Amino acid sequence: MDSAELYRTVRLIRRFEERAIELVRSGEIVGGIHPYIGQEAIAAGVCGALRRDDIITSTHRGHGHVLAKGADPVRMMAELAGRSTGLNQGRGGSMHAADFSLGIFGANGIVGAGGAIAAGAAWARRAQRPADSETGDVVAVNFFGDGAVSQGVLLEAFNLAALWKIPVIFVCENNGYATTMPVEAGVAGTITGRAEAFGIPATTVDGQDPECVQAVSEAAVIRARSGNGPSLIECMTYRFDAHHTFEHKARLNYRSEDELAAGRSRDPLDIQGARVPSEVLSRIDAEIEELLAEAVRFAVESPKPDPADALDHLYATGLRVRTGVNN
Amino acid sequence: MPKLSYLKALNRALGDEMARDDSVVVLGEDIGVGVAGVTTGLLARYGDQRIVDMPLSEQAFTSFATGMAMAGMRPVIEFQIPSLLFLTFEQIANQAHKFSLMTGGQTKVPVTYVVPGSGSRTGWAGQHSDHPYSLFAHVGVKTVMPATPSDAYGLLASAIRDDDPVVFFAPSGALAVRDDLDFATLAPVPIGVGRVARPGTDITVVALGHLVHMALEVAEELAGEASIEVFDPRTVYPFDWAGLSASVARTGRLVVVDDSNRSCGIGGEIIATVVEDHRLLAPPKRVTRPDGAVLPFALELDRAVQPTREQLTAAIQAVLKS
Ligand SMILES: Cc1ncc(C[n+]2csc(CCOP(=O)(O)OP(=O)(O)O)c2C)c(N)n1
Repeated sequence: MDSAELYRTVRLIRRFEERAIELVRSGEIVGGIHPYIGQEAIAAGVCGALRRDDIITSTHRGHGHVLAKGADPVRMMAELAGRSTGLNQGRGGSMHAADFSLGIFGANGIVGAGGAIAAGAAWARRAQRPADSETGDVVAVNFFGDGAVSQGVLLEAFNLAALWKIPVIFVCENNGYATTMPVEAGVAGTITGRAEAFGIPATTVDGQDPECVQAVSEAAVIRARSGNGPSLIECMTYRFDAHHTFEHKARLNYRSEDELAAGRSRDPLDIQGARVPSEVLSRIDAEIEELLAEAVRFAVESPKPDPADALDHLYATGLRVRTGVNN
Repeated sequence: MPKLSYLKALNRALGDEMARDDSVVVLGEDIGVGVAGVTTGLLARYGDQRIVDMPLSEQAFTSFATGMAMAGMRPVIEFQIPSLLFLTFEQIANQAHKFSLMTGGQTKVPVTYVVPGSGSRTGWAGQHSDHPYSLFAHVGVKTVMPATPSDAYGLLASAIRDDDPVVFFAPSGALAVRDDLDFATLAPVPIGVGRVARPGTDITVVALGHLVHMALEVAEELAGEASIEVFDPRTVYPFDWAGLSASVARTGRLVVVDDSNRSCGIGGEIIATVVEDHRLLAPPKRVTRPDGAVLPFALELDRAVQPTREQLTAAIQAVLKS
């Protein structure tokens, strides 16, 4: 992606989240969201290095990844608002947004759960690839936070990926905290060391700079596509906002004002914006405002799902189950 | 006629399904050499990209299979011991099972989890003798537990072809069972359809898995006293309520024998459903493991917490009398 496109993605995610927070405050989005504000450069840079048929697995903080991979912001907002017009027909919401037609194998509410799923999907794509394929191997990316590196299943996935040179890229978004636990309190050794122990090359990169992230991701993608196996990218970043939109109610106190100010001073929007001519910026900003106004309008006006269909899609085979009361 | 053991039936079903659909890939520990007997000979036939020996990473390879399935394959996982299902409950119940609904039907997760040797393994003690089929029924994961070799063949084939995750329990007490049968008759058995293993008119005994064989023996022993119908659900979830209802409508009496812990076991669900829908001639009974049971090591103790033939006989006689 060129500079303007990267800026566009960062801006889209930022404004999407800000509009979504408004809808949380007004009650249109129930249950709240985990804002990605401040971390947008990672989704933009990583997905900027991917093809449409590549696969991603995402996290509880997944809006950025899903949007950067190309999901329709309009249907995404409707999903957050629990509407039947949403990406998942209102069955998934913020933490499960998915679009399989774009290789988006879902955000995931369980920390560390996406690594093995991404590895399995990438293994399957490689096995399915016809010998004469011109498009080359599909790559899968698994996004996760610094908290996830303490999950055993993720480390098991590192082992499988390295053993079998699976075309998967592990992207750690090190925003310094797992909810309120500082990374130093939760992670022994280093995050890159975790990967290196399995023979997976690991790079630490400035996660506030979309172009840095994209450059490192491109190298990892080339490595994966050419059959050399997994990589890990640790992106140093900062979460500008709360862990979750309920945090202000709980009045959690774990970050100083100074720290917040220092973190926010490196805003990916400014860093990338500085690389794009101002007339292009204003055109992009205006387009995004229009798009998100449409997304909010569509989300609010879309029909709510019919309670009678609450368990539609429970089984892929269409199996219907007994109801909770006996008539 | 040739004889087919339950274990051989699993092996045959797996081989046949791999032959008819090359998206079927088996994952597990020591399956290349076929430690459990289920995959014997399949590595030589299909190679190491379809019979994949896994490191000891159950949680990762269970979700690895979920990723494979969402990318269009039909993985089959062989678990070496039933308690690994506790280790991978998150990956099955909280991931694989939930994807279809959570994505609004965008994807499906056709994974089969085979547990050859579930329940008491005679002398394997606390962590190797669990039989957690009721747990999967509770969360709504399709769960099958055939009693006979031909049903083992047929339900494994159906499980692999099913578009949803299916847990396949092969009770250790049934693995050695052999059937006389014409191999040409082996065919898929539909998930969710039970069978009357022995027709009768006075009482319905619902038995699951290896206990079907115990129930048939008890029914034979008591043949002079009563005409006992043995109903084998074959699938624990979704349960064949219509089939059971038809049986109870004929007999009016019910006993359930279920190798689950008593609280929240499928036996309790069977009785609750039947008494909601039928006016029985006598209060029903169930024979189960005790609440919260952990199988102790010594053989006498292991046997003491599993449903026994004596308990089943007594329960049937009590229901017939009241
Ligand atoms: C396995 C698991 N444990 C706990 C939680 C509750 N939880 C949700 S987000 C979170 C923190 C995750 O931290 P990190 O991985 O660093 O990601 P971040 O929130 O910083 O993006 C926790 C503990 C969970 N969802 N899953």
